[in-house]
Amino acid sequence: MNDATHLLQLAVAAPLAGGLILAFGNFIPKRICKLIAFIGFLVPLLVALHLWWAYAAAPKTSGYAFLSATDFGLSRALGIGLKLGLNGISLPLFVMAAIVGFAAGLVALQSGAERLKLYLMLLLVMHGGLMGVFASVDIFFFYFFHEFALIPTFLMVGLWGGRDRNYAAMKMTIYLTAGAMLSLAGLIAIYAKSNAASFDLINLRLALAGDGAFLAALQHNLFGLLLFGFGILVSLWPFHSWAPLGYGAAPTSVSMLHAGVLKKFGLYGLVQIALPLLPLGGQDWVTWMVWLALGNIVVIGLVTMAQRDLKQMVGFGSVMHVGYGFLGLACLSTLGAGGAVLFMVAHGLSVALLFLLTSQIHQRVGTFDMTQMGGLVKRAPVLAAFFSAAILASIGLPGFAGFWGELTIFVALWQLSHLYTALALTGVVISAVYGLRAVAKVFFGEPSEEHVRYAAANPTADLDWPARIPALVLLAGLFFLGFWPKAITAPLNDTLATIYPAVEAAVKVVAGQ
Amino acid sequence: MTPEIQALQNIAATNYWSALAPELVLGGVALALLVVELLLPKRALALVVPRVAICGIVAALAWTLHDWSAFWLGRELFGGLVRQTTDSQIMRAFFLVASLLVSFIATVVLPRQKVPRVEFFHVLLVATGALMLLAQSNHFVLLFVALETVTVAFYILVSYFRASPLSLEAGLKYLVMGSLSSALLLFGIVLLYGVAGNPLLAGHTAQSMNFTALGEFLRHNPDQPLALVGAALVLSGIAFKIGAVPFQIWVPDVYQGAPTPVTAFLAVSSKAAGFALLLILVRGPFLALGQLTLPLLSVFAALSLFFGNLAALPQRNVKRLMGLSGVSHAGFLLIGVVAAIAPQDAVSWAPAAVYFYLFTYLLGAMAVFGVMAHLAGDDDADQDLRHYAGLARKSPLLSAVLACGLGSLAGIPPLAGFIGKLLIFVAAFHAHLWVLLAVAIVAVVISIYYYFGWMRAAFYEDASPAESRVYVGKIHLGVAASLTLVALALATVLLGAYQGPFGQWIATR
Repeated sequence: MNDATHLLQLAVAAPLAGGLILAFGNFIPKRICKLIAFIGFLVPLLVALHLWWAYAAAPKTSGYAFLSATDFGLSRALGIGLKLGLNGISLPLFVMAAIVGFAAGLVALQSGAERLKLYLMLLLVMHGGLMGVFASVDIFFFYFFHEFALIPTFLMVGLWGGRDRNYAAMKMTIYLTAGAMLSLAGLIAIYAKSNAASFDLINLRLALAGDGAFLAALQHNLFGLLLFGFGILVSLWPFHSWAPLGYGAAPTSVSMLHAGVLKKFGLYGLVQIALPLLPLGGQDWVTWMVWLALGNIVVIGLVTMAQRDLKQMVGFGSVMHVGYGFLGLACLSTLGAGGAVLFMVAHGLSVALLFLLTSQIHQRVGTFDMTQMGGLVKRAPVLAAFFSAAILASIGLPGFAGFWGELTIFVALWQLSHLYTALALTGVVISAVYGLRAVAKVFFGEPSEEHVRYAAANPTADLDWPARIPALVLLAGLFFLGFWPKAITAPLNDTLATIYPAVEAAVKVVAGQ
Repeated sequence: MTPEIQALQNIAATNYWSALAPELVLGGVALALLVVELLLPKRALALVVPRVAICGIVAALAWTLHDWSAFWLGRELFGGLVRQTTDSQIMRAFFLVASLLVSFIATVVLPRQKVPRVEFFHVLLVATGALMLLAQSNHFVLLFVALETVTVAFYILVSYFRASPLSLEAGLKYLVMGSLSSALLLFGIVLLYGVAGNPLLAGHTAQSMNFTALGEFLRHNPDQPLALVGAALVLSGIAFKIGAVPFQIWVPDVYQGAPTPVTAFLAVSSKAAGFALLLILVRGPFLALGQLTLPLLSVFAALSLFFGNLAALPQRNVKRLMGLSGVSHAGFLLIGVVAAIAPQDAVSWAPAAVYFYLFTYLLGAMAVFGVMAHLAGDDDADQDLRHYAGLARKSPLLSAVLACGLGSLAGIPPLAGFIGKLLIFVAAFHAHLWVLLAVAIVAVVISIYYYFGWMRAAFYEDASPAESRVYVGKIHLGVAASLTLVALALATVLLGAYQGPFGQWIATR
């Protein structure tokens, strides 16, 4: 236990404490509330950046740095205790969550939403949960923290959401609960069947590594549970329909956090928990994973191309790209898993940026309908530059973080099957088509008459500095990782190299190689 | 000295009256209330009576806690009628806390109706004492007498708003269905009594209503058809009390018609009493009858989970909603009971999980009923979801408490109800109850719709405020009421995150 472990606890506790204080916001002036909320969003970012820096030199136990354990009462009876720590898989996502959370917090602080205190409180609770998800070593708390977001999301979508918010909030909540309950069943089953006597992932790994009796049939069922449970949470095709609807209806900062960070929970669970613990189960489900993921990429990709509504397009686009993450996992290799993690980080940053900019565009044109937009570049050149960059980043152009993720996944996938790779590559074309077309429609060409009238009535200038900062933070992350991916691949590689060779070996034994 | 006198003396030697001190306190205060009514002027009654009752309950609770691990725990007292255990201590404290909160809800609701106070609190205290006796019964005579005392008390309480036709209708329905369940129970007891006293059978006993002796007999004759029929009838009688399908038919109407504090009392204490009895019976005398109890309770559990949730989906009246969602909670609790007696893989701490679930249900349900009591208008039976429109804006405190209570009932982390469900799930995993688990998972997902639908009614601002209670009537929220409700909400959050002493306790089971 040293200072850094306390810092990790602080990163989880700060937003939650901020949320708790704001729960009594009626007695606190608005200015102080905003300051508390700002601190609540800033502290995790600073801590995450510091821990990222300190990770390489930090002492590690079983591959985890900054370990700390706290007992909340059930550790003796059920082996449930809050255990925080970071390994090479969780560190990049933890940092990404902190960056996106900070950006979403800034957007929320500037949003001028009605009943801002309640909004900030709910967002802080959600953010604290997200920091906890990626910092948890205990798979029970990993789940527990994820569910922190459920009630806040429901309330935020319903209270501050846009079109169809009533329906969207309920649908989202039911889907997310269904996915969460399936995953919970899978996680409890792993615990109950592994004889590890605790939900601690380190113990589970040790228990299962030495346990040949963890039968293939059982692994098959458990992996199936987790695949579909997590799959619903990640909007795996055909369980995706809640996602575009929900993101379309949600207020901007919720869409950013939800699509950018919360949705990574499922993929992260598969990389960190399901595949290393149940490699044989993963082997059984490879074909399913690949074809469902291709469903995301091709089917949803085509659906995305057909969208006229900008926010819906960004929502569907985020669902579509998730397929790449699954393809990376389906390779069952170190390379594929690494590509998936890289991709998740990039996707989180770029999707959050797109949702942010979409709301800025909406402020200037008063609609999400792309057929009515046009020529915005004259009024908002900076916004145009940001949006084009974000679209290019989401396509996966070299120079942005997404490039490395997609490249690694394609290389890994090539070893699995050439056909799959070819099909997956069509996704790049599809996202280029709809992305660039959106840039063209929104910013270039002639504006429609309604748009001209709206612009005359609401002359909004270009992106001002307060609005640029969150966008710059996200874009800086994308650029930095685009040019210096080693900053996350180095720790990632260390961790994957200790976990995934066993997965590859187990799979090879079964395949008879 | 004749042998009869000797036997009487032996029995009298086991009469530890101090073991029943909390119940005696409740009975004494209940009688004192009747005297208070005679002595005090009418105006003072409204103020004094609830306070005296609450003080009585607190005193009984203090006494229970004081004797928490007394030396007589585990022994048969009063000639085998009573047997106190750690489990019964937990349930006694549970009933006292529940009655405390019911009294609190009553102080909010009763002033709105022109009804006498004294009798309400008198009956409430008597019923609480009887519930506590029920949780420590070791003999069918005490079980039946205590259960009938509770049931008769509910006959009175359910139709307490005599000016309301719905309350009277509920009272009649409860009377008919309650009598039927008592008859089933009694018939079952008689069959067991008769068959266990049959001198032709191995292990027959003269004390065939004593649980220990009966358990010994049933261990010798687990296949006796009459005994099986008797046990099934007894379990069915109890299933009425907990509102498990197929004995839930009375639930929606009675819950709707009964005054809100009585609905809360029915939902929490009556249900909990059923589970305390079930656990005593299936782990005690009926332990050898696993071939009957396991399938029977499993079917009850699965049906309750399905029916309760599906029937709650279209409900707009929140009292009916609470009733039907309570049916599904009975299903979850039954899974815990089944896990406790599963043949090879009985989970030793499963009863503790049931108690924990009951406590989380107590907190969540009482928080919700507390909010309902504040929103109820002149017609107590008419409490609709549309009355909640705009609640969040008008009263952030009530809406926050409602969100915590509903979230806990739905089992959303980090609220207490989630830990309750988690414990039940883990127990079910260890006991290999795959089918029940699958049903339970589906049930949780379905329940989201109506719990969050209620939250939607209170928080979202799409509904028209014209029909809302929030705008029509004025919400009067006293300081004591605010503090109680906030305490309940905080307790659901706290218990969801921290289960220290409880965790230590189940680790030793």
